[in-house]
Amino acid sequence: MTAKAQAISVNGLTRRFGSFVAVDHITFDVGAGEVFGFLGANGAGKTTAIKMLIGLLAPSDGDAHVAGFDVKTQRAQIRRSIGYMSQRFSLYDDLTVRENIQLYGGIYGLSDDQIRDRTATLLESLGLSGSAGDLVSKLPLGWKQKLAFSVALLHEPKIVFLDEPTGGVDPLTRRQFWELIYAAASRGTTVFVTTHYMDEAEYCDRVSIMVDGKIATLGTPAELKAQYKVATVEDVFVRLARGAKASE
Amino acid sequence: MKGGALRAFMIKELRHIMRDRQTLTILLLMPLVQVVLFGFALRSDVRDIRLAIVDPSPDYATTALRNRFLGSRRFRIVSLSRSPSSIEPLFQRGEADVALVFEPGFATRLASRTEPARLFLTVDASDPNTGTVMQNYSRAVISQYEAERSAVCRSVRSDGPACPRPVKLVTDTRMRFNPTLESVNLFVPGLIALVLTLVSALMTAISLSREKERGTLEVLLVSPLRPWQIIVGKVLPYLGLAFANVITALLAAWLVFHVPFKGSVLLLLAESVLYAIVSLALGVLIAARTSTQRTAMLAAMIGTMLPSTLLSGMIFPIASMPAWLAPITNIVPARWFIVVARGIMLKGVGLPYLWRETLVLCAMAAVLMIAAVRSFKPRLA
Repeated sequence: MTAKAQAISVNGLTRRFGSFVAVDHITFDVGAGEVFGFLGANGAGKTTAIKMLIGLLAPSDGDAHVAGFDVKTQRAQIRRSIGYMSQRFSLYDDLTVRENIQLYGGIYGLSDDQIRDRTATLLESLGLSGSAGDLVSKLPLGWKQKLAFSVALLHEPKIVFLDEPTGGVDPLTRRQFWELIYAAASRGTTVFVTTHYMDEAEYCDRVSIMVDGKIATLGTPAELKAQYKVATVEDVFVRLARGAKASE
Repeated sequence: MKGGALRAFMIKELRHIMRDRQTLTILLLMPLVQVVLFGFALRSDVRDIRLAIVDPSPDYATTALRNRFLGSRRFRIVSLSRSPSSIEPLFQRGEADVALVFEPGFATRLASRTEPARLFLTVDASDPNTGTVMQNYSRAVISQYEAERSAVCRSVRSDGPACPRPVKLVTDTRMRFNPTLESVNLFVPGLIALVLTLVSALMTAISLSREKERGTLEVLLVSPLRPWQIIVGKVLPYLGLAFANVITALLAAWLVFHVPFKGSVLLLLAESVLYAIVSLALGVLIAARTSTQRTAMLAAMIGTMLPSTLLSGMIFPIASMPAWLAPITNIVPARWFIVVARGIMLKGVGLPYLWRETLVLCAMAAVLMIAAVRSFKPRLA
C-alpha cells in the first residue's frame, strides 16, 4: 500500500528532547475510515506522537503523512484536513453552544449559510436544540464532550484526532460517545483516539500499545488477545506495561 | 476564507470581553477613577511653610515684604540672616522649605524705577507637588505686594505726573533637588500610558494565558488559523478598549481639572495606538513565556506596570535618577510615550519635535510584534 491510500502513514517517527527519546522510531499505518486506538501508559510518548501528527511539534527523525500530506512540510494542508479534540476540553465556557459552533465553523472557513445549516443538524442530532443559547459552562460534562466532538467534525475533516475524549464521565455516557465515534467512522471519517479505558480499546478496529516510546504491539483486539493468550485488551496492556517497569 | 477565520475569531474575542461585565465595567471606568484620584491626591494644600529669609541690608521695603509673609497664615519664618550661605545648611537639615533672598539695596532699586529690584526664591522640591504649591503661595504673596505698591503709586500721583512705571519685582525662582516640576498637568500623559499598559499588556497576557491554561490555544494552533491571526484577533478588540480609555482619560482631565490640550488630538491618538501595540506585543510575549494565568498576571504587573509607573518619568523625573538607573529607563516604552504625550498635550508640538521618540516606539513595536508572532509558532525546535 502506498502512503497516499492510507489516512495516516508513519515511518520511523522519532522525537528527542535532549538525550531523552520520547518517541523512538514508531512505524504504523491507519486506513481510511478506521477507528484506531492509540494506547499507552502515562509518559509512554502518546501525546508527543500525536503532537507531531497534528503539526504542533516537529519530528527529530523519520517521517509521517497525514491525509497524504507531509507533517514536516505541509502543515497548513494537514490543518484543513483534520479535526482535533484535546483531552483538556476545547470549548469556551463563557460562550453559548451556538457561539462555539459559529467560532469553529468560521475558523475552518465555512460560509455563514453552511454554519447555519450544520448548526441546526448538529444540535438536533445531539438533542441540544433547546440549549443553543445556553452557556457551555451550564452543560453537564458528558454533553460538553459530545458537543466538542461534533464541533471537531463540523468542517467534515478526513481524520479526527481525539486525545482522551471521555475522561471523567460515567460508562453510559462513554457508551453514547462511542456511538458518535462509530457514526463518524461509518461516514468515512478516520478516527485516531487515545484512551485510558481498556473497555473502549475493545471498541476499536485496531489498537497499538506504546511502551517507553516504542510501539510494543499492534493489531485488532482479537489478534492481540490471541497473541498474548489473555481474555481482554486490558490484560495485554498490563502485561506490556509491567514489562516496561521491569526493564527500568 | 482567511478573512472569515479572522473575523470569526475576533467575534469570539469581543464576546469574551462583553460577557464579562464586571471586568469590562472596571476597565471602562478605570481611567476616570484614576485621573480623578491622582488629580485630587496631587492637589495637596500646603500649610505651615517654613521660610528662611536672607536680607543683607534691611530697609523699609524688605521689612514690608517680610511682614506680608508673616501676616500670611501659611508661612512661618524660621531663620533671618544677612548672608545667603546660611541657607544651604538649613535645606540640608530639612529645616526650611522656602528661602527668600533679597538683593542688597532692595529699597533703593525699588525706588529708582529704572532697574528692577530682584528677589531670589528657592524652593525645596524634593516632593515636586508640594514644591509647586509652596512656590505658588510665595509668588502670590509677592505679587500682592507688587500690586498694592503700584496702586499706592497711582493714587498718590493721580493728579500729578503719571506714575512712570509700575513697580516691578523679578523673582528668580529655583527649584532645588527636583528641577523638572510635576503637576496634575504633567500627570495626565503618564496616566494615559498607565491605563494603556494595563489594558493592553495585562489584559492580553491574561486572556492569552487563559487559553493556554484551558487548552483551547492548542486547538486554535491545530486549526487553520495562523499565529499572526490569533495574535491580531486577540489584540484588536483590546486596542479598541484602549482607545476608549484614552478618550475617557482625556475628557476627565479636561472636564475635572481643566488640563490644557495644546496639540493635535489625532496625533496623540495615533501615538497612543502605537504605544498600545508595543504593550500588546509585550502582553503576548509574557503569555507565551508563562504557563498559568496567575504567573502571567504577576509577570505583567512587574514587567510592565511597575516600570511604566516608576521608571517612565511619570512620577519620578528621570533626570533625578542615579546615573546607573537612568539609562535603563530607555528600554521602558512608557518613558518614550510620556515624552510624546506631554509634548503634544502641554507644549503643543508635533512630529517635527517628536520624531525621535516616535521612531523608538515604532522600532519597539516592530521588534516585539515579530517576537510575539514567533513565540506562538508551534514549538518546532
